[in-house]
Amino acid sequence: MVRLLRFDGVQRSVHWLNALLFGALIFTGIPLYFGSFFGVIFPRHEIQEIHLWTGLMLPLPIVVSLLGPWGRRMRQDLHRCSYWSKAELRWLWTLGRERIDLDKYNPGQKANGLFIGAAIIVLWVSGYVLQWFRFFPVSWREGATVTHDFWAFAVFVVVAGHIFMALTHREAMVSMLKGTVSEKWAQTHAKEWVDEESAT
Amino acid sequence: MNDESLVRAGKTPVGRRMFLGLVALGAAGVAFGSQVQKLVGNKLGSGIASLLPGGDHFRIYTISGGFPTISTDKYQLKVSGLVDTPLTLSFSDLQSLPSIHMVKGFQCVTGWRVNNVPWKGVPLSHILKMVGAHSDAVAVSFDSYDNTDSESLLIDQAHLADVIVAYEMYGQTVTREHGGPVRLVVPQMYGYKSLKWLSGIRVVNHVEPGFWEQNGYPVNGWLDGSTGVTNPTPRLS
Repeated sequence: MVRLLRFDGVQRSVHWLNALLFGALIFTGIPLYFGSFFGVIFPRHEIQEIHLWTGLMLPLPIVVSLLGPWGRRMRQDLHRCSYWSKAELRWLWTLGRERIDLDKYNPGQKANGLFIGAAIIVLWVSGYVLQWFRFFPVSWREGATVTHDFWAFAVFVVVAGHIFMALTHREAMVSMLKGTVSEKWAQTHAKEWVDEESAT
Repeated sequence: MNDESLVRAGKTPVGRRMFLGLVALGAAGVAFGSQVQKLVGNKLGSGIASLLPGGDHFRIYTISGGFPTISTDKYQLKVSGLVDTPLTLSFSDLQSLPSIHMVKGFQCVTGWRVNNVPWKGVPLSHILKMVGAHSDAVAVSFDSYDNTDSESLLIDQAHLADVIVAYEMYGQTVTREHGGPVRLVVPQMYGYKSLKWLSGIRVVNHVEPGFWEQNGYPVNGWLDGSTGVTNPTPRLS
């Protein structure tokens, strides 16, 4: 049985480091956000420090993996996420009801990746404004508060959806643990990619 | 794989545009989120706005690891320092003094804001007059029941008409979480100047920087900027 490499070691490390960092940020963000509305007593200062340092590190795995000589597949896949056909857009629009030959990642997965990438930048920058607020005008601090809260909510929803999809699509999830998928799976879920791989 | 092969396959950098669009949306949120929030608040009323993320709600912090619980019967406000007649005021003493009612926005230095908060309390200037604050006094220091927080205002700032010793918020006794039963309210300055759980007022001859000022916040917490100014400068309006 032929197996195709979907995620190399670098990509898997980046994914799980991201998962760890996002997990820690959500876990500490919930009390920081809700605790302050209800006046819950918790070690706020310590949790705030964890949230801050985890947040500052958040872009590192992706940036380091993309820039180094080890990042060939990361860069290739970034490229895949950037380029879309009209059919892929229709697929996203119809939530996958239209049958097309899918790329290595389906349009939903591409959109997820793009959203998380953008969210990292937006949350990092708005978080920076919140932490080092004195360098920014008050209206920016207010904007950063709204933006950070709103995007955090969106990330929470998207991450929950991502986990749900992973748990209900076993082979795709296992490929993020072991790296490979069966050719049979790839023929069904990533036909365009299989054709491309066999052409080279 | 290169750009050319993708172009041949009829693909365009739509994803890149989506990504940049999202980042631009986030940047616009930081730059204009404050106006959008005000607009939404005005359109929907602060009830609904308070349910939205980032919206119109207080964030409640404690710096001492807890909220001091003080009943209105036991509450005491000590007024001392450079005064003719030091006083200790009970909660009912405060209620019997001339009071003002005001509706003001509450702005935190870190960027959250609550609009239209109704307060009732005794103007600080009235209390300073009652005790006969000396004319050579420079500043007023404030102590808190949490034994951690402290604040200070220049004597001229302390005499601003809207600086009050508040005992009602939203028409009820100020709650414990909001610094009750009695707190200071300085609406022209950032929230940290409005000391919670007020226990003492001392008229003094020099500025004693408060808890937050010792942690880097400006002594003058004027809302309209000047946050970089760490030297106390009197300014009246």
